[in-house]
Amino acid sequence: MQYALLIYGEEGAWDALADDERGAIYAAYGALNGDLREQGKLLAGEELQSIATATTVRVRADESLVSDGPFAETKEALGGFYLIEAETLDEAIEWASRIPSATTGTIEIRPIVDHSGTGT
Amino acid sequence: MQDAFVKAAERWPRDGTPASPGAWIVTTARNAAIDRIRREQTLARKTELLARIAELPDDEEAVIPDERLELIFACCHPALAADAQVALTLSLVGGLTTPEIARAFIIPEPTLAQRLVRAKRKIRDAGIPLRVPPEHLLPERLRTVFAAVYLVFNAGYGPPVRQELCAEGIRLALLLATLMPDEAEAHGLHALLLLQDARRDARVTDGRIVLLDDQDRKAWDWPEIEQGRAALERGLTLRMPGPYQLQAAIAALHAEETTDWHQISLLYGRLAELTPSPVVDLNRAVAISMSEGLAEGLALMDEIDRLDGYYLLHSARADLLRRLGRTDESSAAYERALELAPSDVERDFLRGRLAELDSV
Repeated sequence: MQYALLIYGEEGAWDALADDERGAIYAAYGALNGDLREQGKLLAGEELQSIATATTVRVRADESLVSDGPFAETKEALGGFYLIEAETLDEAIEWASRIPSATTGTIEIRPIVDHSGTGT
Repeated sequence: MQDAFVKAAERWPRDGTPASPGAWIVTTARNAAIDRIRREQTLARKTELLARIAELPDDEEAVIPDERLELIFACCHPALAADAQVALTLSLVGGLTTPEIARAFIIPEPTLAQRLVRAKRKIRDAGIPLRVPPEHLLPERLRTVFAAVYLVFNAGYGPPVRQELCAEGIRLALLLATLMPDEAEAHGLHALLLLQDARRDARVTDGRIVLLDDQDRKAWDWPEIEQGRAALERGLTLRMPGPYQLQAAIAALHAEETTDWHQISLLYGRLAELTPSPVVDLNRAVAISMSEGLAEGLALMDEIDRLDGYYLLHSARADLLRRLGRTDESSAAYERALELAPSDVERDFLRGRLAELDSV
């Protein structure tokens, strides 16, 4: 099965960290990515730029409404994601628990809709 | 379906034609299919089985004993909401029908039906596995399973008492203890439910609550108490103490001729270390009021935080104050308890106590 791991966290938190703390987090991400790749589970994974760079688009009655800012102003913002392969939800939970942001933020796990075989 | 016809051909001459041959063949066909699926070892196929079970209408018996432990863990997966865990366990493992479960928890049937449908879909769509969790996940998953079973029993314990739920809770606890005989807490939970169930009829008489000390011990189910003691023994011999065994031990002590309040207070102390909670502290304070003195018990009660909204704290305080002769304070505490009491049965009891105070 394929899962999206959506990484939510407070944006200011990163800036508040000391250099050695950031180093530890980079290392943890490195180890996680390495293990995911090694086991052939990593489909995609990216860090998103800050919500300050976000733009929202809504199309209503053929009119395109573009505005500044994220989808919703929330305390924890979407900061990145992984797309992974996992046999069960438990496996997805284990990978999600290793994401460094899990200790300070929230990881949302969503199974991906399987469109294979339907031609959509 | 071919298998089923073959089996029918073999069995009917021997056993005689069953009353409803059509139904028998459909049941056998399903059982044969399930047998085949059971023999598959891979996780993927077992998950597929669960998906198929999820699609079956509620009232059709589909699971044979082997899969029940795996099923309990799937039903109690932390990715499911607690009320869904309980409803699903009762439905898929307990075999209760949707109307039965709805009636038991006093929820509208359509609401419960939706809850079950959503939960089954989540199991299938999110990939909740049908298996006993691996070692490193087992302790926390067992806690959820035990909690769900306890919720089932507790819902039936009332007041008001709903005996079928108590019986179902005990059946599930027995199932766990049977399928996981090396799990001490499974025996502990089983023991606790049996020992509490044994007092069920004595707790409420004529719609009034009867306190433990005042209960008619002849109304206790002594064979059930024996069963509870035996289950507790089975747990204790495994030498892995835990909160359910502790609670069961306390319940067993209450069933003795003379209540060993000192032992009980020690057990509550141990329980407070494992599962700290103000309710445990309260129970310990009550035990100490009996073993060491009213003032000591009251002092401990006054140290407990975060229980101000709990009617039993005020009721217990009121009782101690009454016995210390501090009538006005006792009255105030009973009034507070009355404000917070959850149902008529408790309120009637508290009003009774207040009336006794006024007559002093």
